[in-house]
Amino acid sequence: MEMTISLPISTYESIIDPDWCPGCGDFGVLRGVKMAAGKLGIKPEELFTVSGIGCSSNLPGYIHAYGVHSLHGRAVAVASGIKFANQDMNVVITGGDGDGYGIGLGHFVHAMRRNLDLTYIVMNNQIYGLTTGQASPTTMKEVRTKSTPRGNVEMPLNPIALAIVSGATYVSRAFSGEPRHMADVIAGGIAHKGFALVDVFSPCVTYNKINTYPWFKKRVYKLEDDPDYDATDHRGALNRAYEWGDRIPLGLFYREEQPTYEESEPALKEGPLVHQKLGLEKDLFDDLMEEFV
Amino acid sequence: MREVTLGIGGAAGDGLDKTGDTFAKTASRLGLYLYAYNSYQSIIRGGHIWLRVRMGEEKVYSHGDHLNLLIALNQDTLERHAREVEPGGAVLFNSDKLTLDSSLFESQVLPVPMPVRELLKPLGKTLPVMQNTVSLGAAIFLLGLDFEMMAEVLADTFQHKGQEVVNQNIQVAKAGYNYAKEKFVPLGYEWNFSRTRRPFITGNEAMALGAVAAGCKFYSAYPMTPASTILHWMVAHADRCGIVVKQCEDEIAVANMAVGAGLAGVRSMCATSGGGFALMTEAIGQAGMIEAPVVFITVQRGGPSTGIPTKTEQADLNQALGASQGDFPRIIMAPADVTEAYYTAAEALNLADKYQLPVIILSDLLLSEHPETIERDALKPDLVIDRGQLVTEWPEGNGTYKRYAFTESGVSPRALPGTKNTVYVSPTDDHDEEGILISDEYTSPPVRRKVQEKRMKKLEGALKELPPPQIEGPEDTDVTLVGWGSCRGVIREAAEMLRSEGIATNQLHFKYLLPFHVKEALEILNGCRKTIGVEVNYTGQFAKHLRSETGFSLDDMVLKYDGEPFEPAFIVNRVKEIVGGEPLSLEVTREEAQEIAYHYIRTHLGNSVRPASIEVGNGVPAEEPTWCIELVSRKGGEKTGDLFVGQRTGSTYAWKPVSTVSRD
Repeated sequence: MEMTISLPISTYESIIDPDWCPGCGDFGVLRGVKMAAGKLGIKPEELFTVSGIGCSSNLPGYIHAYGVHSLHGRAVAVASGIKFANQDMNVVITGGDGDGYGIGLGHFVHAMRRNLDLTYIVMNNQIYGLTTGQASPTTMKEVRTKSTPRGNVEMPLNPIALAIVSGATYVSRAFSGEPRHMADVIAGGIAHKGFALVDVFSPCVTYNKINTYPWFKKRVYKLEDDPDYDATDHRGALNRAYEWGDRIPLGLFYREEQPTYEESEPALKEGPLVHQKLGLEKDLFDDLMEEFV
Repeated sequence: MREVTLGIGGAAGDGLDKTGDTFAKTASRLGLYLYAYNSYQSIIRGGHIWLRVRMGEEKVYSHGDHLNLLIALNQDTLERHAREVEPGGAVLFNSDKLTLDSSLFESQVLPVPMPVRELLKPLGKTLPVMQNTVSLGAAIFLLGLDFEMMAEVLADTFQHKGQEVVNQNIQVAKAGYNYAKEKFVPLGYEWNFSRTRRPFITGNEAMALGAVAAGCKFYSAYPMTPASTILHWMVAHADRCGIVVKQCEDEIAVANMAVGAGLAGVRSMCATSGGGFALMTEAIGQAGMIEAPVVFITVQRGGPSTGIPTKTEQADLNQALGASQGDFPRIIMAPADVTEAYYTAAEALNLADKYQLPVIILSDLLLSEHPETIERDALKPDLVIDRGQLVTEWPEGNGTYKRYAFTESGVSPRALPGTKNTVYVSPTDDHDEEGILISDEYTSPPVRRKVQEKRMKKLEGALKELPPPQIEGPEDTDVTLVGWGSCRGVIREAAEMLRSEGIATNQLHFKYLLPFHVKEALEILNGCRKTIGVEVNYTGQFAKHLRSETGFSLDDMVLKYDGEPFEPAFIVNRVKEIVGGEPLSLEVTREEAQEIAYHYIRTHLGNSVRPASIEVGNGVPAEEPTWCIELVSRKGGEKTGDLFVGQRTGSTYAWKPVSTVSRD
């Protein structure tokens, strides 16, 4: 086995300080990503962070690694293209609930079906923060927001259950208030071969006055602390995904070993596309032309 | 030049594609030049499919205006196209199923009924689709082509199904050939077969091949006519060529994946048609902003909205020009023919890399789907692959690598992600040289000004290396036909015809639509006597673009927007009218009235009747003159009623069955 030499989190120190509101859950996630990368010994030039648009999507600017701050909802698609081009990169997608579970939901579901080796961290604050407080796909029922003044009438989306039924091979949840645990969950996701979802409760201290740090602190528990929990049991994981209310589980819900998309792609057997030779050999070209004669 | 045009008509599911393909390959391998166009519909079975294959001893540039031999696979085809066969030609049909009324064809045309059942009886069990092969055999005889060559093509086509199937197909074709030989004389074509084997290839295939030969490594797509055959070619050859081909959940994913792959450093391309391109547009702006090299192909079809999905048009220029919000540099080009499609794909990948921007290729259904013969060495494998200014190493002591460094040319030397000491972020928010946002916390008007200038300046460099438009044909003519994209060939033939009729005509054709050769175009246009734009759209989108770039207004336009591509005579007739000062008539012609009648018959009257005489009539109250189309029974030929169609509006006013037709 290869020896992993862990790196200090200062390795990933960016020259830019985050402009998040003081107390924002995203600070914890940023630290969690750095800790996870450091723990796995990933060098900055081996890490590619990909985001969409939203408060949390500013994250790639705050970490010393390659990054793309792409379009609203499109981070997963952009990240997939990056992974196809260079499978040696550790591609970590960092976005929010509106970005990933709202406008980008289609890409999210299909990426899970595909099982590309991507890690998707969703900073889920159950609100649209950057646009000043409208309801998001994970806003709980009856919650009043700027866009739901009489209370939200729509069912919140259950990202954990959705991921389990969509073919994600690593489905997990973390909480900004539990930074060490979060770093472990993220590191597990990055180390996992296949699509990993890390849904993170990352409280919005400005616009979500319901789902606050204390609200979560009172409720969360770790699946790892339940000796009977089996993260390889698909149905059991789905059942646990529905647990919400007085007790809310954190940690690894589900894990499954499946071949990644990259492994089943013949063109990638030769190594990353980006390092491959361009163009066609004369003999092959002549063969291809012959098909038209 | 010796040439002939074969038409094959039938319903979808009749096996028309294969039949046309076998014929085309036979003629092509004999050394003839072909140009085929398939007018089809968006259904898997039924409908009317009309394939024309024009071939000559010299290069042909469009499917032309003629019809010399018709193979009718259904009654509909006989009725609609037998009359178009020119004197000296022939009409082939299965006489077991179809009847050819003498009123349906010209007197000097030879009817060739084929008793298919009788001919196939000695061959044991055969498939219904083999009626086509019988006709093909007969066509080979009538046109004086070489049966052995067709046998070779059939062998190649059916080889994967085993020798028995090959033999049977050859026997079936031979039965048709022998029957025709026994009963008829050939139509009198004396060919000099060079037997030079040349490729017969479509625009989409050429574009796919060109891209791969130029190093395209990632191709993403969502199925959409008429772009899908690029996907099909790519995926069929992906393993051998070492490319990743990804079908995505929608065109938004297609475009964003292509941007991700381009950003990460591979040559990346995707293709779609207008509706999908609409979904891609935000990602195109993204590629402009983060300076990711990506090639976007949009194969235009008839719009707007779902439009006429299997028909051609050039009406998405405005969409390409206006794709995505904001000002950003983009290159737009429209290849004119199959050969150009090949080189354009390669050129687009180079330009995308050199100038780090999105390149849009505007193709259209005609170019993408019609196959034509090209010279054996027309497509060369040794393409220049120019990846532009790459930073391959950045020593630690070099200071900060600036991904978006402001430079005189606007091009910032690019380190591919993974290059040590060069980490950077590519943001869709506007940013400074290092990729740090200038959009919220650290806004800076001067940085914004300079970064915008840096990006846009890249087009100045690109324009310098793009070849300017040139006059084709004689200098100093009375008429200059101005076109873009796939119309070049048909305009060339129209100009030749006009010259032969005494109207001195040349052409000015544009491939590069953005950036635009303002100076060079103006110099040419200012020296022209009469400029006439030729475009397949309603509003003259290119003429407007030309005007906005140069201030030059074309004198007149030849436009077509019925879904079918130009034919040379259409352009010639309209140009003659323009030169003669005749205003454009938008009235429904007699031929169109017949087609409108067919549409009504199919949608309202089943298939038991057909149009017969078409006269100017006024049997209904209408505020315009009407065509009165007499419909007769397909079986007995007796009149079943009259259909009235407005000559100005094209409205179908009334269907009056015989029992209620006034006897006054």
